[in-house]
Amino acid sequence: MHIVVCIKQVPDSAQIRIHPVTNTIMRQGVPAIINPFDLFSLEEALRLKDKVGARVTVLTMGPPMAETSLRKALSLGADDAVLLTDRKFAGSDTLATSYALTSAIQKLAEEEPVDIVFCGKQTVDGDTAQVGPGIATRLGFEQLTYITKIEDLNTASKEIVVQRRSEGGVQVLKTRLPCMITMLEGTNTIRFGKMDDLFRAARYELKTWSRDFTGAEEGRVGLKGSPTVVSKVFVPKPRAEKAKMIVADADTPDAMAAAAIDAIFAAQPKLAGDLLARAAAGL
Amino acid sequence: MSEPSKPQGRKFQLPEHLKVYKNVWVIVEQERGIVHSVSLELLGEARKLADKLGVEVGAVVLGAESPDLNRICGDAISYGADIVYKVTDPALADYRTDPYCRVMTEVVNTHKPEIVLLGATTLGRDLAGAIATTLATGLTADCTELDIYADNRSLAATRPTFGGTLLCTIQTLAYRPQMATVRPRVMAMPERDDARTGRVVEIQPDLREEDIVTKVLNFIADREQNEAQLAFADIIVSAGKGLGKVENMKLVFDLARVLGAEVGVTRPLVQAGWATNDRQVGQTGKTVRPKLYIAAGISGAIQHRVGMEKSDLILAINTDPNATIFDFAHLGVVGDALKILPALTDAFGRRLSVNRMAG
Repeated sequence: MHIVVCIKQVPDSAQIRIHPVTNTIMRQGVPAIINPFDLFSLEEALRLKDKVGARVTVLTMGPPMAETSLRKALSLGADDAVLLTDRKFAGSDTLATSYALTSAIQKLAEEEPVDIVFCGKQTVDGDTAQVGPGIATRLGFEQLTYITKIEDLNTASKEIVVQRRSEGGVQVLKTRLPCMITMLEGTNTIRFGKMDDLFRAARYELKTWSRDFTGAEEGRVGLKGSPTVVSKVFVPKPRAEKAKMIVADADTPDAMAAAAIDAIFAAQPKLAGDLLARAAAGL
Repeated sequence: MSEPSKPQGRKFQLPEHLKVYKNVWVIVEQERGIVHSVSLELLGEARKLADKLGVEVGAVVLGAESPDLNRICGDAISYGADIVYKVTDPALADYRTDPYCRVMTEVVNTHKPEIVLLGATTLGRDLAGAIATTLATGLTADCTELDIYADNRSLAATRPTFGGTLLCTIQTLAYRPQMATVRPRVMAMPERDDARTGRVVEIQPDLREEDIVTKVLNFIADREQNEAQLAFADIIVSAGKGLGKVENMKLVFDLARVLGAEVGVTRPLVQAGWATNDRQVGQTGKTVRPKLYIAAGISGAIQHRVGMEKSDLILAINTDPNATIFDFAHLGVVGDALKILPALTDAFGRRLSVNRMAG
């Protein structure tokens, strides 16, 4: 079994701030982390490794500094790590990114055929959820997104049974490897790394692959290979008028609350009626 | 970036061979005979875009032949479609990526729509990512606004970016169709019009069950809807970090109980473990549009704002008179939410119980 886990190093978006005067993103001091959604997929891959035995390769595309995320994944128990990095990849949208990652996965498959590709459900910086399906489609792998549980994996028959979150319920799906899986958040908890994995991760000689090496066509990556164009980035305009501030006769919470309720009912007379009717009905 | 950069895409002229792509499509999401409301919301949005372009609205309905499916085709017309592409095959009864992707790729390549919209649901996102790859075209996820640039008839899809701190407008210039997903409740539900007429194009794809690797063994319906029903609540009382500590969440639940409201929270509260993620309002949580949204101790980050700014009436409570939330709330109370919330609970309780006695 060969499992490839695609991860992405992202800025911890909870800590991104906008400069109040220049309206630009303040990147300084924002820590880089493994995309939190990827950790559920990494953990599931490691569990399969524990259970049925597998080689787990982590793969990321990004700038050289993404190395730290790969080493982190190695310290958690991944066997190998590949950094796909090339200036030509800069500006890739999801279509170009899934193409580039697929070229690296195909390169990995030359060493040992790939049975399962895990991806994060989505990233916290892009939030698109498009790269996983893009990879599955390009590789011709069965696509299993929003998986809540891997019920069964038979390495002999290459059959896998999973539970998939869908609207209004859970689908139980049976399919055959190779497949691409994205795990739903909260389905597992990432493990702590073992001491010997920590040492191994620190010493591990990372594989750094370029576009030339994987054979990705130049015209299909980066800005050139990206159908989408960001035509505008902007700070949302505040509404023309700001909130009407509630003023009360007395500066007490009770007086403020009474004045606020008056203002709510004045603005939404129908809502007042609905609430009163609901109360009258004893709900 | 002291002022927004100029939209570079406006000058772009579409190559001749892509001009045959016409009409705005919605892939209507139905599972077991039930249409997802986001598809109807999108039909309303598609109608507006098509009217700007002077083209027709197409609805694609996929499934196994059934009376339910015919009803859904009729609904699609009532909500704004001019043409319904009814794609039927027993293999399409349950959603599976492979047959749906194969069929949609073929239908798009045959009929050539210029815009394809899907709901950003588990089905819509799964399918959109796959067909954008087979069609080798651009796809923009989770749009909060869709518009047409009149100069070159291209779709301007606006979405939050950088974790919801900024907005960006994305265009797909030299590729067709232009694809976008939109989350439930972001667009308004259009009025149903049963007088509307449209035509139904029946499509029977060439699918064989034995060619499809993935089988659906079972479907376990969510029996109890224990999850918060935020998206469709009339009133929501939401809490942010300003509440200070998890024990104070009780104040929010108390007010919600008096109002028959749902409780919402910001992302930091979910991350801190104060509430489950089904209560999260915002870019990575739910989008809501209640009649009344009470925001207690919420600063108003864009991440949160995009999920609730379409509420009919927003009352914000914050100690900081300069908090961002007062820029887009309708009513503001400068004060300590820990004191104002119980006062509101008491006052609402009194007013509503007085009426109950009178009634």
